[in-house]
Amino acid sequence: MMTGYPTELIAVTALGCGWLLIGLLALARPHSVSWVARGLFPLGALAGIVLTGLALAALHHSAQTLVLPLGLPQLPLHLRLDALSAVFLLLIGATSAGISMFAAGYFRTGEGTAPGLLALQYHLFLASMLFVVLADDAFSFMIAWESMALSSYFLVTSQHRIAEIRRAGFLYLLMAHLGAVGILLCFGVLQGGSWQFSFAALRAAHLTPLWASIAFFLALLGFGTKAGLVPLHVWLPEAHPAAPSPVSALMSGVMLEIAVYGLLRVSLDLLHAQVWWWGLAALGLGLLTALYGVMFAAVQTDMKRLLAYSSIENIGIIFLGFGLTVVFQAFRMPVLAALALAATLYHCLNHAFAKSLLFLGTGSVLHATGERNFGRLGGLIHRMPWVAWLVLAGTLAIAGLPPLNGFVSEWLLLQSFLFTPTIPHDFINMLLPLGAAGLVLAAALSGYVMVKFYGIVFLGQPREARLAQARDCGRLERLGLLWLAAGCVFLGLIPVQMLALFSRVTEELLGASLGTLSQHWWLLAPLSAQRASYSPVAFMFSIVAFVALTLLTVRLLYHGRVRRAAPWGCGGSSLTPRMQDTSEGFGQPIRQIFEPFFRLQRELPTPLERAPHYRVQVEDRFWFWLYAPAAALVQRIARLASVVQQGRISVYLLYSFLTLMALLVLVL
Amino acid sequence: MAPLPLQIINLCAALMLLLSFAMLSQRRVLTLVDLFALQGLVLSISIGVVAWNTGQPHLYYSAGLTFVLKVVALPLILHRLIRRLDARWESETLLNIPTTLMAGLLLVMFSFALAQPISELATTLTRGTLGIALAVVMLAFLMMITRRKAVTQVVGFLAMENGLFFAATSATYGMPMVVELGVALDVLVGTVILGIFFFHIREQFDSLDLSHMESLKED
Repeated sequence: MMTGYPTELIAVTALGCGWLLIGLLALARPHSVSWVARGLFPLGALAGIVLTGLALAALHHSAQTLVLPLGLPQLPLHLRLDALSAVFLLLIGATSAGISMFAAGYFRTGEGTAPGLLALQYHLFLASMLFVVLADDAFSFMIAWESMALSSYFLVTSQHRIAEIRRAGFLYLLMAHLGAVGILLCFGVLQGGSWQFSFAALRAAHLTPLWASIAFFLALLGFGTKAGLVPLHVWLPEAHPAAPSPVSALMSGVMLEIAVYGLLRVSLDLLHAQVWWWGLAALGLGLLTALYGVMFAAVQTDMKRLLAYSSIENIGIIFLGFGLTVVFQAFRMPVLAALALAATLYHCLNHAFAKSLLFLGTGSVLHATGERNFGRLGGLIHRMPWVAWLVLAGTLAIAGLPPLNGFVSEWLLLQSFLFTPTIPHDFINMLLPLGAAGLVLAAALSGYVMVKFYGIVFLGQPREARLAQARDCGRLERLGLLWLAAGCVFLGLIPVQMLALFSRVTEELLGASLGTLSQHWWLLAPLSAQRASYSPVAFMFSIVAFVALTLLTVRLLYHGRVRRAAPWGCGGSSLTPRMQDTSEGFGQPIRQIFEPFFRLQRELPTPLERAPHYRVQVEDRFWFWLYAPAAALVQRIARLASVVQQGRISVYLLYSFLTLMALLVLVL
Repeated sequence: MAPLPLQIINLCAALMLLLSFAMLSQRRVLTLVDLFALQGLVLSISIGVVAWNTGQPHLYYSAGLTFVLKVVALPLILHRLIRRLDARWESETLLNIPTTLMAGLLLVMFSFALAQPISELATTLTRGTLGIALAVVMLAFLMMITRRKAVTQVVGFLAMENGLFFAATSATYGMPMVVELGVALDVLVGTVILGIFFFHIREQFDSLDLSHMESLKED
């Protein structure tokens, strides 16, 4: 056990600089794909794996700090590596390793920004996320945070010749700035009059409950914007489809989680005064986000937009867990708070793996077919078996099916919800079961969404003739997908060990450990085995056994009598691809049930039309409730300003003259 | 009876104010430049007197610099520019001359009121002239506001700079040498650049009348 010398922290810092160096090296031959993609991206992936190992090592040590004499005078960079940082470093390292490996095979010539520049932005993005997690004072945090936002903006707009992508990028940049302002103000409130901005000073500052609440809600605004909390989510479904797939994967899988890190850091570490209604607010917003996201995901017709809305849903679940943590902590129930926090962290990790996997799979499909629209895909499992089977792991994980990882975190979260009746507050007692019900609804609907995603794209018959030319992805891409899919399975099988790791975070932040989890390494039983327990290994073995038995039976009984027919054709062959269920058709029940939430525009054909067409467009109500009025207001204010804009030089001179006079009178 | 140097300085201050009013009422551009040169001469004399009185060598440089720049170089440049551009007459002013002069009078009163508290704080011999220096700045500003031709605007800008120099010498016995050199260079370069702009403006609008530039406004 090392306590004095910050070995891991130095190594992690060096690794971050290594990523920067890789980015700079890419500029040496910016137009050479073989140098940038085949040479540097695998190196970045290797650094990701090393980072994973370092984070695991750091989780077993106490917090390490380091002060680097860089930056402004008297403002050195403070770095700190504690258990919370280590968990998120683990997330960054492990996920980015798979994504970088995939990107090595993915990037090709002639797509927008030169590959070298793309690699620089990509590795700058990675390094700045790493430094966000390490930062131990407000200044270095903001610097890393902003360089994260800027580098991802340039990555999103890498195909900047397309006007739509430029618009999406602008929206993203605007929202990123809004969030950054919130965070900046939050730090300003947190210092509480001491004007010291190291996190140690912020931790020590004493705030009145009012100011603490203001700080909390500013943090919720700032980090919620980045994470995609409803109603600040509008940039996600625009920016994710615009970005190249590895970038979408990185943004959705890692950057959103980094925003959650920021919120956890500020609200659980820097702000100690815990107020129960903060938790309730976060919980309510999280629930709204989860339901809203999954409903919109169900009616999308674009693969990446669907995944973006699914990310919003998962962020909602994460915020739900965070809110529950705060509620438990406010009522002095640290063990339950620790359980909720562990579930939250677990879900972050799971979402990172599964969602990156799905985005990368989408990228492979896009490269193979040039198509993102569900209406023109289908039957790809025969053409792209590697992608199809690996993506299946991701869809099952997102859908929350055992024995994969998504199930464990959602189950743990539900378990912690089941303890809410012990909260000594009647109102919350009545309210929280509704939250649990909402969570279950969201989880079930996300299963529906994933069936739609997988079924339409990979199963059935190809909807277009040219899909027959689709090729499976290359070897490097396969490796990246395999790493992430293996992560999904692996994280699902070792919940006891993972909770032991998260227990270090809960000890540090909440002062309670999840120590008495289980007597057996294979049986997950939070708090007490009498209430509920789950054994993923047993689950997996029984599933494997059932599948093997079924296959065997089929082979034995029907040997030599297998006849291939078109999928969903019921054995006949009269089914054409156009008769299959479409994505619109599949989403129709959801559209019908939750109609008040959508803004629908339908065009129905009349019976007399020769070439009937049907069009339905689903729009986000928040766009019209919140964003359009805000934009109109800004326009109106801008027009007010143009009144003083006369265009006559003498008038301008008069303005400065009057200003001068006013200032002179004021000063003297 | 005040000592002789102070009397000379007060006289110079009065002359500068008078010249400012003369510039404000002058519509012939070439005469305006001559008045500006005269103001520069008065300024350099007053700086010289202050230098002689206080024995500060750097003020001599300052006086010399002012003389070279504002009495010789800039008027020469402006004369040549005006001849080349054929812009001898100021067109109609925005405000008629008597009204402008009345506004100027009010400005002088305003600047004296402003200078009162500063003068009491200052310890220099020349503190009484601070009000006049401020008035010179304001009158030059007023000239820039009321005139339409680009050349007049430049003269107004330079006259304002005269006032600032005078304020600096009267309040604190001049700015540090580095600042003065910098300002002098700025003024010279500014005039040259504005001269280039004149040609471009005339090429674009066939006139140096700035009211044409209103069409550049975006609606």
